[in-house]
Amino acid sequence: MTTPAAPLHITSPPAGSGRQAHWLALAGNPNSGKTTLFNALTGLRQKVGNYAGVTVEKKVGRMFNLHGQEVQVLDLPGTYSLSVRSPDEKVARDVLLGTVSDTPRPELIVCVADANNLERSLYLTSQILDLNLPVILVLNMMDLAKAAGVEIDIKNLESLLGVPIIPVVASKEVGLIPLKQAITRELEKPPARTWTLPVEIESEVQALALEFEKAHSMDNATAFANALAALSEDEHTIHENFPKSVHSTIVNAQAKLEATGLDWRDAMVESRYTWIQSICAQVVKQGDPNAVTMSEKIDHVLTHKVWGWITFLGMMSLMFFTIFTVAIYPMQWIEALFGALQSFAGNHLPVGVVRDLICSGVISGVGSVVIFLPQILILFFFIGLLEDTGYMARAAFLMDRLMNRVGLHGKSFIPLLCSFACAIPGVMAARTIENPKDRLVTIMIAPLMSCSARLPVYTIMIATMFPTDAVSNWQKALIMLGMYLLGALVAFALAWLFKKTLMKGRTPVLIMELPPYRIPAIKTVSVHLWNRASTFIRRAGTVILALSIVLWVLMTYPKTPDATPSVALANSVAGKIGHAIEPVIAPLGFDWRIGIGLVGSFAAREIFVSTMGMVFNIEDADETSPPLKDAFNDARRVDGTPLFTPAVCISLMVFYVLAMQCVSTVAVVRRETNSWRWPIFQIFYMTGLAYIGSFIAFNAVRFFFGS
Amino acid sequence: MTLNELSAGQTATISKINAAGSIRQRLMELGLLRGTPIEVVRFAPMGDPIEIKFKGYHLSLRKEEAATIEVSPSPSSN
Repeated sequence: MTTPAAPLHITSPPAGSGRQAHWLALAGNPNSGKTTLFNALTGLRQKVGNYAGVTVEKKVGRMFNLHGQEVQVLDLPGTYSLSVRSPDEKVARDVLLGTVSDTPRPELIVCVADANNLERSLYLTSQILDLNLPVILVLNMMDLAKAAGVEIDIKNLESLLGVPIIPVVASKEVGLIPLKQAITRELEKPPARTWTLPVEIESEVQALALEFEKAHSMDNATAFANALAALSEDEHTIHENFPKSVHSTIVNAQAKLEATGLDWRDAMVESRYTWIQSICAQVVKQGDPNAVTMSEKIDHVLTHKVWGWITFLGMMSLMFFTIFTVAIYPMQWIEALFGALQSFAGNHLPVGVVRDLICSGVISGVGSVVIFLPQILILFFFIGLLEDTGYMARAAFLMDRLMNRVGLHGKSFIPLLCSFACAIPGVMAARTIENPKDRLVTIMIAPLMSCSARLPVYTIMIATMFPTDAVSNWQKALIMLGMYLLGALVAFALAWLFKKTLMKGRTPVLIMELPPYRIPAIKTVSVHLWNRASTFIRRAGTVILALSIVLWVLMTYPKTPDATPSVALANSVAGKIGHAIEPVIAPLGFDWRIGIGLVGSFAAREIFVSTMGMVFNIEDADETSPPLKDAFNDARRVDGTPLFTPAVCISLMVFYVLAMQCVSTVAVVRRETNSWRWPIFQIFYMTGLAYIGSFIAFNAVRFFFGS
Repeated sequence: MTLNELSAGQTATISKINAAGSIRQRLMELGLLRGTPIEVVRFAPMGDPIEIKFKGYHLSLRKEEAATIEVSPSPSSN
């Protein structure tokens, strides 16, 4: 992703106006509705990338000011303070201080505050005001504040803070025009800092600020803010958050403060809050403190000892049941569409290699993956909903004790839950975990959660196990749920083991806000889904298309003239690889044809279905090939017995639950852990587990059910 | 008395924070300061963590950290 090195085309600003913002950042606390506002301002004009060198998501969008000029908007990670506690918060701070190499310092900061929570929101706001950059303060969720009886004297607050204040309801797009007006106005710096530290502390901070000023050619206000952030660091966090060249300077300054005998760390927070409280006393009229909010009533049920668990399990079951039932219809449409494409291409292309490549390679390959788009979207829809309503934090609250048992944090629950959709966002979401060891453990186990790419494999295997309608959808869903549970249970067992052995450490601290429940903005949910769908389709159009062609070539060449399709396949490169690994995978119940699928899946799991499509349709002399599950049910071993017995289906599913078969995840783990050691370890331990698990599953099913 | 010893629904005022280092700072930055009125809303179904309410918002933290926050219970709280 590229970031403008400088504000874009400020060719000729309208006559009479000074400089306007063309590069602004949205900053604010987590749950302040910052991203909702970002979506409301930029719509679909967004680009998601990463900051150079780190893996924090960088979201940049475009909007137009009231003069019709383009403005680039950066959505910073949510943070409570500029004293940082995680890689995400560090990025937010560094962008604001202007020390990130690939991101120029914003010309304007739009600070988003939750109107219901003004006092705490003003903590970050006041730190941002210290930076000597133009600031607009947005008071979001004014509707909820009003409903709760909170009254804010905006005029008065504006004069006390000295910056424009815009009340908005981002989820309903109320107040956007005044906000755009404020953005269009010429840039104006906020008034100088008015809160003060106790004199001795203030002079030490100033001394450090002077050093920063000289060393980094910063203005005094920025240097002062930088000095405060630096002083708040612990010994062990300093080297993570500040360049080596200033460590001794910072440590010396801390020692001098220590020598004053004052409670200087507390004073840095308390002085600011004293100032904030005096402002709030003048402008905020709180609602009835004894009023019970809707959110509190809902929590009465959702975090209840009994009802909490029932609703939690109910929601998870509903999610998987929906994936299994509702998705069927759009899947049938997609299947019909690709079938029509295939016969169209078959009828209009001349007989030959190109036709075979297009029909058997490209269309069936891509089609058999795109068909799972509805299921993947439903999954992302649910996860997005859980996140945007605020339920995700409750889930972490409920689960923390359990996670704690295996040495993890309630916050690990969220990356792990995301991994049910896809391990890549899951591994990336682990960045919100402050403790590096816990983050590593979470990353190591995240790919064991059954991601949506496994869903095609489970779906087709379950369909193969029950070819008739004799078994209800509920029972099928139960088997699928079992696969999800297996992955989760193994993950927890390993988390416990890792915490005891490789990554020893104390269980991390949990300090987590439980935001009020909200009705999610349709825009946020749809933008989220759109980003997911386009990523998936891009992937199907590039990686999976390329792999489909490669696999088709491997399965077609070298050609055996005048041979039956199955003989031709056996003689192809893929067939030879499959044959070569057959002795190794035979104890799991797999033959060489499944072997081809396994080999292909090491690139990406969903390849299995398209590979199998090719493997078994090739065997079919007929042009009109039957659906894959029928082909599976017709498949026979050399001795004439069915290939896909229930034992083989289960064994195959277990293999897919446990094995690390995703190049993209390996790449992300490599990036997140900054070494090859961990992804390689992960590939070996997961594949080893998969082999053992499948072996046990195959033999157990045969032993108990005789098939 | 410390925060974790209160029962659900009880209110109190923070008298002292004994946590150290960055945890202490984060707690204070979130608004847990001396003199702040606070309410224990509930304990999670498995007894830990705790949900507390102060300054109009809800926060959860474990008993272990709650034990570092000294409180004086409000006289008339039930």
